[in-house]
Amino acid sequence: MKVPITISINGRARSAEVEPRLLLVQFLRDVLGLTGTKIGCDTSQCGACMVLLDGIAVKSCTCLAVQADGCAVTTIEGLASNGQLSALQEAFWEKHGLQCGFCTPGMIFAAYELLRTNPNPSPEQIRHGLEGNMCRCTGYQNIVRAVQAAAAAGGRA
Amino acid sequence: MSVAATAPAPARVFGSGIRRREDPRLLTGTALYTADFTLPGQAYAAILRSPHAHARIRTIDTARAKAAPGVVAVFTGADSDGVLKPIPCAWLIPNSNLKTAPYRPMATDTVRFVGDAVAVVVADSDHQAYDALELIDVDYAPLPAVVDPQKAAEAGAPHLHEEAPGNIAFHWTVAGGDIDAAFTSADVVVRDRIVQQRLIPTAMEPRGALAQYVPATGELTLWNTTQNPHIVRFIMSVVTGVPEDRLRVIAPEVGGGFGSKIPQIQGDFITVFCAMQLGRPVKWVETRSENYVSTTHGRDHVQEVELAATTDGRILGVRATVWAGMGGYLSTAAPGIPTILHGLMLSGPYQIPAIKEDVYGVYTTTTPVEAYRGAGRPEATYMLERLVDLLADEIKADPVEVRRRNLIPPFENGHAVATGLTYDSGDYQGALDTALAQIGYDNLRTEQAAARAKGRYIGIGVSMYVEICGLGPSQVAGAVGFQGGLWESAIVRFHPSGKVHVFVGISPHGQGEETTFAQVVADELGVAVTDVKVVHGDTENTPMGWGTYGSRATAVGGAALAIATRKIKEKARLLTSHLLEAAVEDIDYADGKFFVRGSPDKAKTIQDIALMANVAWNLPQGMEAGLEASSFYDPPNFTYPFGTHIAVVEVDPETGHVELKRYVAVDDCGRQINPTIVEGQVHGGVVQGIGQALWEQAVYDQNGQLLTGSLIDYAIPRADLLPDIDVRSTVTPSPHHPLGVKGIGEAGTIASTAAVYNAVIDALEPFTVRSIQMPLTPERVWRAITAGKGA
Ligand code: FES
Ligand code: FES
Repeated sequence: MKVPITISINGRARSAEVEPRLLLVQFLRDVLGLTGTKIGCDTSQCGACMVLLDGIAVKSCTCLAVQADGCAVTTIEGLASNGQLSALQEAFWEKHGLQCGFCTPGMIFAAYELLRTNPNPSPEQIRHGLEGNMCRCTGYQNIVRAVQAAAAAGGRA
Repeated sequence: MSVAATAPAPARVFGSGIRRREDPRLLTGTALYTADFTLPGQAYAAILRSPHAHARIRTIDTARAKAAPGVVAVFTGADSDGVLKPIPCAWLIPNSNLKTAPYRPMATDTVRFVGDAVAVVVADSDHQAYDALELIDVDYAPLPAVVDPQKAAEAGAPHLHEEAPGNIAFHWTVAGGDIDAAFTSADVVVRDRIVQQRLIPTAMEPRGALAQYVPATGELTLWNTTQNPHIVRFIMSVVTGVPEDRLRVIAPEVGGGFGSKIPQIQGDFITVFCAMQLGRPVKWVETRSENYVSTTHGRDHVQEVELAATTDGRILGVRATVWAGMGGYLSTAAPGIPTILHGLMLSGPYQIPAIKEDVYGVYTTTTPVEAYRGAGRPEATYMLERLVDLLADEIKADPVEVRRRNLIPPFENGHAVATGLTYDSGDYQGALDTALAQIGYDNLRTEQAAARAKGRYIGIGVSMYVEICGLGPSQVAGAVGFQGGLWESAIVRFHPSGKVHVFVGISPHGQGEETTFAQVVADELGVAVTDVKVVHGDTENTPMGWGTYGSRATAVGGAALAIATRKIKEKARLLTSHLLEAAVEDIDYADGKFFVRGSPDKAKTIQDIALMANVAWNLPQGMEAGLEASSFYDPPNFTYPFGTHIAVVEVDPETGHVELKRYVAVDDCGRQINPTIVEGQVHGGVVQGIGQALWEQAVYDQNGQLLTGSLIDYAIPRADLLPDIDVRSTVTPSPHHPLGVKGIGEAGTIASTAAVYNAVIDALEPFTVRSIQMPLTPERVWRAITAGKGA
């Protein structure tokens, strides 16, 4: 009934036996205790659960843990390196791109994905790039500024 | 008195837009929200909710669920009844014939909204709990539903509670001035029927609770998604019987609230009940779809309003009748919202000699209604700003000009309005002028005319507001039936090293007080912001406080903090005078140093004083050791922020699509501790109000089924639908606040719905459209245009 999987999480291989119906987000939160990834909906609308799956941002509530078997996942806990915030984390801090912080991990990965495919987006392109992520606190404006600032600082990571 | 905030950035830490101290943990995924905690031996609760809006429960059969894998227990209302008291309503409006009806944590014989809790399964895992939910058999006898508050108040409507004949929960009236004379002497009367549609707050973090009960000691600890942990302790103690001294409530990181995390809802009590029954930690976390029926909604007014005026546009009176939907039960603060926070605000920024409003709070078979950002004030602002635009239209005057003719002139210390309130300070003209200049109003009108000639429909909408916040004097709270106080407290504690702990009763959940409160201490005492740690959210280590809502955290809690800080300063002066052997009258303070007047090198820093006070080797006669102060601040009056917002839209007459093109917000929240945080509050608030104008509505069908029951169907604003908000401010300090601040959390939402709505109606002027029901979806706008064309 349970299926063995191995996923590289933030650079470390983690193995477990999971129910086939377990979502990737549940694997991260409930099995591994990586609670930085959030759950804001049950219909794949909000984007709070975004992580990188083999370098591409995905909604981890829309992916089964077994589908990620053999893949590499980066969560918000793995984004800063050696205590150094990433360019996006710095920019969100600097531009007041977060209030309650609940949407922030997902928002950062949505922004990461945008900058991966378009390193110099216009404000309109940023707004379109973030349309799959919901924030109820900031009105998005400072998130747009943060993404612009991260782009200007030359990077997503 | 007012200055446009284009002045250069201040050198002081008070007033500087420094980045937030709370952010590093939020940015790195290390912040812990309620759902992130797991305790040893923890079990999971899943709640069975009524699929019917109104039904009698014939039988509940839990046998199959109890036998399911992993299930620890199944409880129904029959188990909790008598163990838990009903959920109390905490705002009992006097002189309103208020009829409360029992609001049980789990329904026993009747369910009254889709989502009313019926049973709970506790299991070893959340999957097992949800699986077993499906094995509970409930036999319901459906009863008729009623979802519209005006219809629910009509004779013969389906009836919810024995205790409330005609579904009327209360009938409250505010009256000032001679309203009959105003209407009989009027040259012009304009009327509207406004539906303030029901909204779903949608804090991105759903609600949840984790309860741990230790039978051996009788101690209960509750991690809860709340805006007010001390109120939770109070109410939880009343409902469960656990004494307050054994009850610890922790609001860990909280992911937004907007009013929906003020009340205690069924799930909170059910979780605690399960933990107490089982002696084992129990966690419950809503799904989003569950949140949409189980956590409170907002607004839901039907308003019949009229305004009397002279032909030259002077307002003589405003009269209204409001049917405010309460849902199936009265939520914690619900009765206060359409009354005290709405009816008393009907003068807005205008001189209105006579005001009368009747408010009927009405039970309907829907999710209970609570505060939602702005709570009563957006409904008042919208009403007035619609009426003023209708008046302008009627007398063929510019809407800005009509506003000018009626504004209360600038005042610095007190202005009484017909509803009985005394505003603290205001310069409404100043905010209006700033907004008009910023948007370029006169040019815009010219552009609008030119565009119209080419078949393009641009609209300009103005919205002016005054809001009541900083709730509030406790004596007033008592007089208006609020079952608690509204003061705040703070403790400031200096450690020997000069580092500072601040403990506060407020409970921020995104508003940034860990930063702004540190700025206040830094500014008053000359310590570094990074040396001040602000502690909040845990009833075990913070002083009593009434919570974060009503834009009161800084307005009331910040005042308590400022006063405690000034007590520290006084003690430091005394100790300095002792140590430097100078008279205390000769000790001055500047930039973190206490010094003898005229000899600035004879000085002690606050850090020196902190050390000397803590080691207590050499204190003056009678002085206690330590450097710590606390304060309980009960404000002498509310604070009254105000402002003017202007929206510019373009409507496509072929499709009815509304494009929001520009938005200027001018808000006056008094002195600003951190302008960056103020701006962020305005952004978020404005966008929520835009959401109401254009997209958001909780839709029930006639059977009481919520059709917008998930984020697929309920449209909160997205990034790609919005322009940048141009945020400006004027600064009119509150005369009675120790820091001169007023509050900013809700201002944006209060103003923006009317600004956008007025802009759309303005754009459609050539089609003689005067009113469209919100939200202004393309279909509704297109239908209005089509109907207008035919007229
Ligand atoms: S939790 Fe909302 S999209 Fe995944
Ligand atoms: S910061 Fe609260 S939801 Fe985005």
